[in-house]
Amino acid sequence: MDNQTRKYTLTMLVDNEPGVLSRVAGLFSGRGFNIDSLCVAETIDPKVSRITLVTEANPSMLEQIEKQLRKLINVIKLRDMTGSRAIRREMALICVRALKADQRDEILRLVQLFRCKVVDVGPAYYIIEATGDAEKMEALINLLKPIGIKKIARTGTIALYREPN
Amino acid sequence: MKRTGAQILMDILKEENVDVIFGYPGGAVIDIYDELERSDIRHILVRHEQGAVHAADGYARASGKVGVCFATSGPGATNTVTGIATAYCDSIPLVVITGQVPTHLIGNDAFQEVDIVGITRPCTKHNYLVTRIEDMARILKEAFHIARSGRPGPVLVDIPKDLASTETDYTPLGNINIRSYQPNYQPHKMQLKRAAELIRTAKKPLILAGGGVGLSEAWQPLTELARKWRIPVTTTLMGLGVFPGSDPLWLGMIGMHGTYRANMAAGNCDLMIAVGVRFDDRVTGKTDCFASQARIIHIDIDPTSIRKNVAVTVPVVGDCRISLEKLNQLLGDIGPEEIESMRKDWLEQVEQWRQAYKMVYEDNGRIKPQFVIETLSELTSGRAIITTEVGQNQMWTAQFYRFDQPRHFISSGGLGTMGFGFPAAIGAQVAFPDKLVVDVAGDGSIQMNIQEMATAVENDLPVKIVILNNCFLGMVRQWQELFYDRRYASTRMNCVPDFVKLAEAYGARGLRATEPEQVRPTLEKGLAMDGVVIMEFKVEPEENVYPMVPAGAPITEMLLV
Ligand SMILES: Cc1ncc(C[n+]2csc(CCOP(=O)(O)OP(=O)(O)O)c2C)c(N)n1
Repeated sequence: MDNQTRKYTLTMLVDNEPGVLSRVAGLFSGRGFNIDSLCVAETIDPKVSRITLVTEANPSMLEQIEKQLRKLINVIKLRDMTGSRAIRREMALICVRALKADQRDEILRLVQLFRCKVVDVGPAYYIIEATGDAEKMEALINLLKPIGIKKIARTGTIALYREPN
Repeated sequence: MKRTGAQILMDILKEENVDVIFGYPGGAVIDIYDELERSDIRHILVRHEQGAVHAADGYARASGKVGVCFATSGPGATNTVTGIATAYCDSIPLVVITGQVPTHLIGNDAFQEVDIVGITRPCTKHNYLVTRIEDMARILKEAFHIARSGRPGPVLVDIPKDLASTETDYTPLGNINIRSYQPNYQPHKMQLKRAAELIRTAKKPLILAGGGVGLSEAWQPLTELARKWRIPVTTTLMGLGVFPGSDPLWLGMIGMHGTYRANMAAGNCDLMIAVGVRFDDRVTGKTDCFASQARIIHIDIDPTSIRKNVAVTVPVVGDCRISLEKLNQLLGDIGPEEIESMRKDWLEQVEQWRQAYKMVYEDNGRIKPQFVIETLSELTSGRAIITTEVGQNQMWTAQFYRFDQPRHFISSGGLGTMGFGFPAAIGAQVAFPDKLVVDVAGDGSIQMNIQEMATAVENDLPVKIVILNNCFLGMVRQWQELFYDRRYASTRMNCVPDFVKLAEAYGARGLRATEPEQVRPTLEKGLAMDGVVIMEFKVEPEENVYPMVPAGAPITEMLLV
């Protein structure tokens, strides 16, 4: 087994109860695993929430993380969403400095290219809403950085398995 | 049927066959105690909530049943934490009921409010705060179900004061099913087949048994496997007693203070059959070198135990007893002569290790702690329930007492909690009123829960306490001697109470031995007395526990005397 660390996306269905998130988070902190990002929300069934998290681990750590998560009484189901069989998306709201005309043009060009939306406009800024997978978000952010990102709010990854055909 | 929360609690305790509770009252549980008083469930009033949890734990370890305790909110609840963590580390089934401030005050920093569910989250198998009376019955049933099933463990239920007196409609729930909790007892057939194949062809097999064998009552198929296939057996501290200490295949305990032959066998075997163990660092030493010649079959009910610390060839996730029974079936029979010739070299090698280094100690005219334990073992024919504290006393007991039966050695293995042994002995005595129960203690540990003397005396629980008084926190002193140039920082106990007078002050009896010739008569006399007895032995102060594997070294590299 190679022992390289990489990012894994795990998603789990959990009981929608107070304290469940802290059981999951506590498991990571208590055992020295890290959480890169985390998303939690109710599913169609109000008794069940979906937690999606991204963690950096090597394969044997991942095995432990998965086993430990499954062992939590409130975790109903756990899946690894890392491979190509899952769709992964993040979202960001990015406030970009936009003073000069050429800056504004460049931003709008990027917005189009990355299929984002401008959700707020001011004399000196745009707020852009962007969704995409992690790579796309990184690329967009890297292109916007030189123009000047004033503020950014990012969600973690959410993911769903593609339905079998 | 209209029932209050407290009444539902009593109903469920009865449904779950709980006949004794260890606890301590307070404002938040006053309604529960009021109801308990009216029930026929026995309550043992301890003198400290930590004692209640350890006693429930000792009761559970001795009887195989779920231990139950009660504590009030705030300080009562926080006092249970060490006990809960102790049970959690050793997978002991407990249900701990704590009172909480009334629901409308939760979160207000009310008097005696603590978030005990938050505090105990990492040291319980699961825990609950009951927020609605309608959930009370289900939660309590789930608590018992979770505590005893799968890999057992402590479950805490926090009950706000107002819910204890709130009425609701109650109909008994019957069996509980938790969709997200379905422990797997049945081993995978394919893996069992692979395991059987390895056992058939192994030349130098070794069985390593742990606490899981005791918890799943797998001692019988384990013994069958060992005897039929002539496989030597070692156990972890938690496994002591699951294989008879009188059997010639018995090697003694493995690990940091394991026997020479057990550790050498682990280092040289070609197949290790590990059952109900989790490969703690005190067992494996340096993991890279652990059982490095061996393929490993690892049977455990908890998938997280498997491949956590050591790589295994054949993982078997399942109940130890069911797995071993099926494995024995698969293995079938082998002729005694055939197996004898197959094992001859290996068993001879093991015998050589036995001869090469025996468990000995020097006789120098002072009381040797090992001698006390040996004599205790002889006088009780290995039939007493022995609890221990933590430190040298614990290791000498593990090394020098001959355990022939399961559930007769009760010790805090995983957490190593000083102060565990005495209250645990009280719990074991409650489970078995007619058995001899002995706590082997150090002078340090016994002072950690000495207040429970009153509990034992008040409830006529005739626990015997053997104190190996070395006037030191011996195990820490041993590390200081060996690895810190004899700088005995804060390990000398200059003021120790007169344990004989102390026993008398509690209405118990006390005996003291200061010379080796007094050891046997003191034990004979003390063990035969009615009631609680403290036997204090003034032992060699700077005696060390050997063999010893320095922390992090391979277990085959032992410091011998
Ligand atoms: C509650 C707790 N505190 C501290 C320790 C650390 N510790 C381990 S062994 C030991 C010494 C125990 O001394 P004593 O009870 O006199 O037993 P001895 O080793 O002398 O037999 C200590 C302090 C512990 N295990 N538990």
